[in-house]
Amino acid sequence: MIIFGVALLSICMLIGVIVGDALGGLMGVEANVGGVGVSMFLLVLAVDYLKKKNKLQVKSEEGIAFWGGIYIPIVVAMSAQQNVVAALDGGGMAILAGVVVVVVGFLSIPFISRIGEKAKVNEQEIELSILPKEQIK
Amino acid sequence: MINMIKEGLENNGLITAFAVIGIVMYIAYFLSDKLTKGRVHGSAIAIMFGLILAYIGGVNTGGEKGISDIQLFSGIGLMGGGMLRDFAIIATAFGANFSEVKKTGIGGITALFFGIFYSFVIGIIIALCFGYRDSVALTTIGGGAVTYIVGPVSGTAIGASSDIIALSIAVGLIKSISVMILTPIFAKKIKLNNPRTAMIYGGVMGTTSGVAAGLAATDVKLVPYGAMTATFYTGLGCLLVPSILFLLTEIIF
Repeated sequence: MIIFGVALLSICMLIGVIVGDALGGLMGVEANVGGVGVSMFLLVLAVDYLKKKNKLQVKSEEGIAFWGGIYIPIVVAMSAQQNVVAALDGGGMAILAGVVVVVVGFLSIPFISRIGEKAKVNEQEIELSILPKEQIK
Repeated sequence: MINMIKEGLENNGLITAFAVIGIVMYIAYFLSDKLTKGRVHGSAIAIMFGLILAYIGGVNTGGEKGISDIQLFSGIGLMGGGMLRDFAIIATAFGANFSEVKKTGIGGITALFFGIFYSFVIGIIIALCFGYRDSVALTTIGGGAVTYIVGPVSGTAIGASSDIIALSIAVGLIKSISVMILTPIFAKKIKLNNPRTAMIYGGVMGTTSGVAAGLAATDVKLVPYGAMTATFYTGLGCLLVPSILFLLTEIIF
């Protein structure tokens, strides 16, 4: 049933929120520390476990998938209720920060790509065999 | 007559919000398709429309809650409020699969942690250059440089003001759009032509919509690999930014 999926999602979120609040208390900050992150990992683990046991029906999955699918519209609604007028002063900063982060990211990918490349020689061979074709295109 | 319609819409605020946001999404995806040939993903245009709506609301009411300060659109406040937002964000983790990420091995994990850390640091450095000094604002803006989700989620958790949260969304949005546009341009230089590099790319960039659109414009077959690590990125970001990274920021500033 669809509600099973929704309930599973709800339980993961509630546990995450409670853990987040507790973590905040431990750290002495009045904040929910990482609650959403904890919930997401719980959900991944729970879904993984249930799927392996074949206990997650397609209908139940739909209950989770719906909320995942409605995520961008909710983000749009979230954006529509922010104090944008006051934030506009920082518009230049937003553009600079957004672009710089992405460019640095692209520059660093080749280096990270090399980390943990077990079969380095093999991969290079594969890449060499791919590259010339690409260049011919 | 007009009053009757207005009352009907106002009394069903959340439903009105679904309809309004649905129409906004439709227009955004239509423009993405027709004007940019899908290069700038519809979701990015829709979020930009959201920010524009917030601006219109703010100018018209003088309030701090964007379009939801207008009675007719108050339901948008509920739809985009913290509870439903967190619920939907958590649900996106449903598509993620641990064993797939394990396959990229230490490279993939490094990409995830590195991607979050360096984005956060660059966000903070630029915020410092623009005169922000308190740790809550810095963390929220740094979180925005991680993704437009991590920014507001962290900001809400640590008590940032709405204008700082709006700013963090804007930073994340620009990041997402830049990823969409720059990926096809950088693709050859970074050898983005295989699943492994796609997953590392997803882990470094992290913004799911940007990664998905960028890969779609490069090679559609790579989309699921990049999107996979990007999904973990948001989760890990929501975990690290309001906790460890916030504490570090508080200690330093």
